[in-house]
This record gives sequence, C-alpha cells and structure tokens, in this order.
Amino acid sequence: MVVAAPAVLHVDDLHVFYHTPDGSVKAVDGVSFDLIPNERLGLVGESGSGKSTIALALMRMIRPPGKIEGGRIELEGVDVLTVSDEQMRRIRLASIALVAQGAMNSLNPVTKVREQIIDAMRDHGEKLSGKEANDRVASLLDQVGLRPDVADRHPHELSGGMKQRVCIAIAICLRPKVIIADEPTSALDVVVQRQVMETLERVQELLNASVILVGHDMGLMAQFVHRLGVMYAGRLVEVSPVNDIFAEPLHPYTELLIGSLPSLEHKGDFRGIPGLPPSLLQRPVGCSFHPRCPRAMPRCTVEDPQIQEVRPNRWVACHLYDGPATSTETA
Amino acid sequence: MRAEYLFKRLGMFVLILWLASTVNFILPRLGGQDPIRAQLGAQAAMGGNSQVGMKEMIAEYDKRFGLDKPLIEQYLTYLNDTLHLEFNFSMSAYPTKVIDIIWRSLPWTIVLLGVTTLLAWLLGTILGALLTQPNAPRILRFILAPILTLSAIPFFLLGLLLIYLLGFQLKWFPLSGGFDQGIVPGLDPKVIANMAYHSILPALSIILASIGFWTLGMRGVMVSTQGEDYLLFAEAKGLRKTTVFSRYAIRNALLPQLTALALALGNIVSGAVLVEVVFQYPGVGSLLYQSIRASDFYMIQGVVFIIIVAIGLATLVLDLIYPLLDPRISYARK
Amino acid sequence: MATVAQEQVLPGWETRASRLGGMASGTWHYMRRNPELLVGLGLFLALLAFVLVGHLTVDLDKARPLSNRALLPPSPALPFGTDKQGRNLLAVMVIGTPQTLQIGILAGIIGVTIGTVLALISAFYGGPADALIRGIVDIGLTIPGLMVLITLAMNVKGGLSIPQMVLVVAALAWLFPARVIRAQVLTLRERAFVDIARLSGMPRPAIIIREVMPNLMPYIVASLVGAISAAVLASIGLEVLGLGSFDSLTIGMTLYWVIYYAAIINSWWWWWLPPIIIIIILFTGLFMLAVGLDELANPRLRRRA
Repeated sequence: MVVAAPAVLHVDDLHVFYHTPDGSVKAVDGVSFDLIPNERLGLVGESGSGKSTIALALMRMIRPPGKIEGGRIELEGVDVLTVSDEQMRRIRLASIALVAQGAMNSLNPVTKVREQIIDAMRDHGEKLSGKEANDRVASLLDQVGLRPDVADRHPHELSGGMKQRVCIAIAICLRPKVIIADEPTSALDVVVQRQVMETLERVQELLNASVILVGHDMGLMAQFVHRLGVMYAGRLVEVSPVNDIFAEPLHPYTELLIGSLPSLEHKGDFRGIPGLPPSLLQRPVGCSFHPRCPRAMPRCTVEDPQIQEVRPNRWVACHLYDGPATSTETA
Repeated sequence: MRAEYLFKRLGMFVLILWLASTVNFILPRLGGQDPIRAQLGAQAAMGGNSQVGMKEMIAEYDKRFGLDKPLIEQYLTYLNDTLHLEFNFSMSAYPTKVIDIIWRSLPWTIVLLGVTTLLAWLLGTILGALLTQPNAPRILRFILAPILTLSAIPFFLLGLLLIYLLGFQLKWFPLSGGFDQGIVPGLDPKVIANMAYHSILPALSIILASIGFWTLGMRGVMVSTQGEDYLLFAEAKGLRKTTVFSRYAIRNALLPQLTALALALGNIVSGAVLVEVVFQYPGVGSLLYQSIRASDFYMIQGVVFIIIVAIGLATLVLDLIYPLLDPRISYARK
Repeated sequence: MATVAQEQVLPGWETRASRLGGMASGTWHYMRRNPELLVGLGLFLALLAFVLVGHLTVDLDKARPLSNRALLPPSPALPFGTDKQGRNLLAVMVIGTPQTLQIGILAGIIGVTIGTVLALISAFYGGPADALIRGIVDIGLTIPGLMVLITLAMNVKGGLSIPQMVLVVAALAWLFPARVIRAQVLTLRERAFVDIARLSGMPRPAIIIREVMPNLMPYIVASLVGAISAAVLASIGLEVLGLGSFDSLTIGMTLYWVIYYAAIINSWWWWWLPPIIIIIILFTGLFMLAVGLDELANPRLRRRA
C-alpha cells in the first residue's frame, strides 16, 4: 500500500496471534498500512478489534502467549522485527515512542518526574551533566505546557491530565519520528482531553513527527487525525482521509460507527450496532462482518473481501465495491 | 503532614507500652489469690537457698502492693516503676535486680536476632527478586524447593535437628551455650571469635527457617509489580533491563516487603526465644525459660515487658523508615 | 429470588447441578494440576491414619509414667521405646498427636470464626465499631503473641490444661484473620454485584450471607489453614517453655521433656525423633495446603489453567 510521500513507517501483512489452550486468537490478521511524515493516522475500532495489539506490536512489546507470527514493520527503512533485542531497545523512544492508556499508572510511583525523564535519556546514551539534564527537563515540560516545578513532583501529586502530559514529554525527549498514542485520553474528562490532544498536536508539529492515534472515539478522531483506519476483527476494513470518511463512509461498519455518534442537530434514539464482534478464535467464513452487516450479500458469506483502493486514496475491504470484472476473481 | 504520621506512630508505641504494663498489673489480681504474693510466700517457706531475701521481698511487696492500699495507688506505683524499668529483684537470684540480669542477656539476643533477621530478609529478598528473572542462574531454581520446605518447620525444631546433625554427629559446632565454659565474655578478639562460633548454629536455624518466607514473599510481590502499567511504560521507554529491574521493579516491590518485615517481627522474636531455649543461648529467651521454671514472676514480667518494648521500638523505626522510601505515605492519610 | 450474579470461584465446577461423579472427576482433575494441595491433604491423611491405626493396635494405658522400664530403645514390643519416666512413646505419640491437632484445629476454627464475624461487622457497619476493631487488631498484631500467651499462662496455676490452651490461643488467633478478611470484604463491597443486591433492597445481613460469604470462602479457608498452623505452633511454644500441663502427652510436652532431660546429647534418639518427624509432617502438610489453596483462590497464580 504505497502512498504519495516516502513512508516513515511501513507495515506489511502483520499477523499477531495469542496462543491459548483453546486455540490461537488472531488478534491482528493481515494488517498493512503506511505512515508518512507529519501525518496523523487514526486507528479506530471496538474493543477486541486488534488496535491496541498493533500499538504494542509496533513497539515489539508483545509478550507470551502473544506472538508476532508474520509480516514486516519497516521503521525508517529498517524492519524492526529482524533486529536484536538490544537494537530494538535503542529504537524504542528514540525512533518510535508510546504514550499509553492508563496514565494513572504509567509513571513510577516512587521516583520524581525529573528522574523519569532523565533516566530515559541516559539509558539511550545521552551524556548529560546535571545542569544540562535539568535544562532539558525544563524545556520538555515547557513544550507540553507544564511548569518547571512539576519536575520535582511525584506522580501521585499530579492530576490525570498532567500525568499524561508528562508521558508525552517523555515520549518526545529523544525526538522520535513516530509517536503512538494508545487511547491517551480515555480516563480523562473532556476539558482535559482537549488539553492533552492539543499538546500532542503541538509537539508533533514541532518535531515534524507522525502520530498514530489508537482509540474508539470517532468524535476524537474526527477532530485530530488526517487519515483514519477502521479496524474490525483484526483487519483493516477501511482506510481513508478523515473528511472523506465522514462525508461518505464506504464500509457498512464505518457507516454504523459514524451513525452511532449522537448529533447536536438531530434528536433521535441512540443507534448502536446490533450483535457482537466475532470471536477471534473462530472467525466466521467469508467476511467477518457479514453477520451484523445490513448490506450483506450471498457472496459475503463465502468469500473474504480483500482491502483495495476503490477510489483515489480510499481503501476498503467490502464486496459492495467489487467491480463486475472482479466478481469472478477468487479472493 | 509528616508530623501527624510521626505522632500517630509514637502514640501507638506508647499505647502498647501502657497496655502491656496494665495487663501485667491486672492479670495476677484477677483470680482472687495473687500468684506473685503466693510465690513469694511459697519460696519463703521452702527454706534453703531459695529463702534468701524472701522476707525482705515479702515486706517490700506488702508495703507497696498490700491489700490495704487502694488499687489506684498500687497501679500508679506500678506504672511508675515500669517506666523506670524497675522490675524489682529476681525472686530466684536475690539480691540481683531483674533489670541487671536482663541487661546482661539482652545484647546476646539483639545481636543474634538482629543479624539473622536482616540477613535472612536481605538474602530472601534478593533470591525472590532473582527468581523472577528468566536469565537468573539455574541453580537458584533448585534451591527454592528445599528452602521452602525448610520454612515450614518452626525455628527451634530446625535447631534441634542441626544440633543433632552438625553438633552431635559431625561435631562441627558446639552443642549449646554462647561461649566455651571457662571463658569470660568480653571484647577480646579471641573471645569474640569463640562467641561467634557458638552463634553459628542458632543463627543458621533462624536464617534457614525464615529465608523461604522472604523469598516467596518477594517473588510474589515482584510478579504483581511486573504486571503494573508503569513497568510496561518503562519498557516502552527503551530503558536498560537493569534499570527497569532495579529502579522500577525492585524499588517498588521493596515497600510491601518491608511492611511484611515489620509485621513479622513479633513471630520472629517468638521463634527466636524458643531457639535460645534449645541452644541454651544466654539471651533473654533462655532467661525467660529459666524464670518460668523457677516461677520467678518479677523476672518474667520484666523480660516480657522488655521484649515488647524492643519490638515496639523496632516496629517504630521501620514505620519511620517507610515514608522515606514511599513518597505517597507522607501525604496519604489512611 | 435467586441470588444475583453469584460469582463462582472454584475452577472446573459448573453452576448448574451436576452428578456426583462429575464433581468428583472435576475435583480430581484439579488436584492433578495443583500438586501442593494433593500433597498437603496426603500428609494430613497420613497423620490421621497413624493415629487411627495406633488407637486400634496400641495399649494406650502404657502411655502413663512408670508403666515400663525407662529409656528403653525401640524393640518389637516397644516400637518407639520409652522415655525417662517409663512411658511407651508410641502410645504417647498416638495420644498426643490428635491432642495437639485438636488444640490447633479448635483454636483455629474459633479464631477464624470470631475474626470473620468481627471483620464483617467492621467492614459493613463501619463507623466507631470499625475504628475500635481495627485499633485492637493493629495493636494486637504488633505485640508478639507468645509474650501475651506467656503472661496469660503465668497467671494460671499448674500449667494450662488443653481446653484452657485452646481458649488462650484462640484469643490471639482471631487477630490476623480479622485483618485479612476485613480487607477482602472491603474490596468485595465495592463490587457491582453487591451494589445490585443493595439497590434491589436486600437487607444487609442477607447481603453478607448470600452475596459476600460465598466469595469470601477461599480466603476464609486459607485463613483457617494459617490459623491452625499458628495455633499449633503457639501451643507447642507454650508447652516447650514449660507452661503446659505436666501430665499432658501432647507433642509440645514431649519436646519439653526432651529438652529438659537433654535427650539429644544423651543419644536417646527414639525419644526426640518421632515428635520432630510428626511436627515436620504436620507443618509441611499445612504449608502445602496453604500454597495449594492460595492457587485456588488467586486465579492469577494458576499455572496450566
């Protein structure tokens, strides 16, 4: 899936399985996408769609019983799935950084904020004198909109939003090219949410980095990302620029997701998506969404649709968009 | 905020001391017949060596705690005595004062207990932490099972076994006592070496029987700590393995492990008392045993009180160390 | 009305009624995955078997002093030999083991019962009751138990009889379970199913009995094992120090005499070895049970689930 500018991150056919006594859960089942510089890409989906697994996989932090079973993750040209553990350790934070969900508990409770920023830099080989380190810390805190005295606090003295911004400060301290934000605002109220997202946007532009925002909040995605990828049952079912998606969702699932957002203009009942996501142990034959899809066709029950570019820069995996020429092709 | 914590802890300490002395005061007087007075009388009637000084002691006792005195006055006298560590004369070793005998025995117990408890805690904690690392030396895994089995056995039982195996059969260590007969305990290096030699078996009993507990505890704490989000984030930060292990995992796991130490002190001391009995080690444990056998009430009361004070102090010290390690404590009220 | 959302804690058991055979095989399968539990129960059963067989085969009268010659080494007639007072040591062990066990089990059960009740009151009714109970527990747990027991025992003439020992040990045994169970109840109280029960109008005692207790059972059982262990240790400790009743035949008293007469140095190995072995079996069994039950109660520790 090649896009206009050379990609800073190229994910190709990624598979991540969790091996349980009951079988292999295919959390990520053949996901490919590119990320270009300065771009904000969103990955949205329900719980269990595989989006958080992708975030961890990109950091190569999948732990047993999970395992990356196949595919390539090329970060600035290097396939991180092939490098040694030590090399991966150095790549983390320096080239690709994670801002995790659960800011409540992401920081070490017993050490000061200052130490937690400095130890990251130090373990990546930066030799800093005491003064240099403190200056760097002060500057980083300033970039995320925090006062310098936050450095001497312990995490429990900070509010949720402040903690999350500290995590962002840590994530940018080595100027990575890719920042993954995994549901960074899920535990925060809307006012603080906005602060944190604005901070993220600001630092991203300052660094000319790219952001992957993983989440389930379509509203948040609409306000923040350039392009949006919709995940369902471990696969990408639609990837398009965000405005296009909201103006005209192609995949039925995307349509239902957008439709479930309450609107300020129309009054009506809440609309959810009937049914439950499929078990990733036993995917239904054919398209995984067909049991819940309002536009399902007979073809959907037997053939798994592949993701294709059906319009310029609009990718979707759905038989609705198979041209007559492809209806006889095998998947 | 820090001051409030300090006062609360000190208050607990004082409360415990008060409770201990009050209970010591009330209990003998509950059953109708005062066992202390009875013992004094019985010993006086026995004649011979045990009679020495009984008359004086009985007179003294009646003067201070006689039935004609109002209870509250007796109580206050008693509290005052206890505060000054005035536990009267030993009934079985008159005219030696209880407190003097205790002072002679206390250092032995403190050294034995202090060294072994700290050693066992340190070694167990390190072992427990290492056991959670996949690249730890493999022998460690084999040590775990025997250590755990040993920890199920009470200290003094292990002591008996060690006396038999290492002292009696193999003759590697002395069978009892704190020092060879004929030696006067002192600060002469040879004497100290001899004393240390005698302490090895009692120390081993305590260390071997308690290390399993600390190991298991630390391993459990490390496992829960490793499930915490901040460890995930630490790995995502690309920190070195040693940094994550020491500054993030162990540093946090030490806190509950230290709490466990404070909570276990009472049991450790109880166990050590029995160890001293088994080894005839000249600490307060043996003292307690001998005074129970002689029904020397004053001595028993004195020893029990001192032990409670010692544990209370140790707990207090640990409580005060804790906020230094856990910054959340100064602020959290409950 | 059926209880709402009652959570099952035991693995492999179905919520609907199952045949006895199904239950038995489920238990057996679990045991195979939890060897500690199996070993612990096995050791216990071994002790019980020893006691039962002993009661059937040994002349228990010979446990009295002066019924045999003193200090005889083991022989076919006297498999454990005799002690300095001429007691048939096998008979002593057969009588003493259940006595020691009894003290531990009774004191443990009483202690855990009191502790659970107080913990529930403390956690559910809060306020001054909670403050009082918590204060007593905190202070009680700081003071070393043996010291308190010694103080209590010293004021009883002639050493503690077995019932007295049970009471005295139980008086301390409730403290730790109270603390543990109170903490557990506090956690459970915040869980959704309790809220639902409360909101649907269930009176507090009913909530306690029907919603909370089933989920507390693993912790109560674990506390029980720990309390029994501690109670046995406490009673043995008291007896070794000489505060037990002098004609008692419990394991602790036997050890007292072993120490008093320096049996180890005198090479009377048949005297000190059996009580030590019995205690080791007892405590190891209790320890294994505790570890096994811990795995049962704490799903996170389960391996090969």
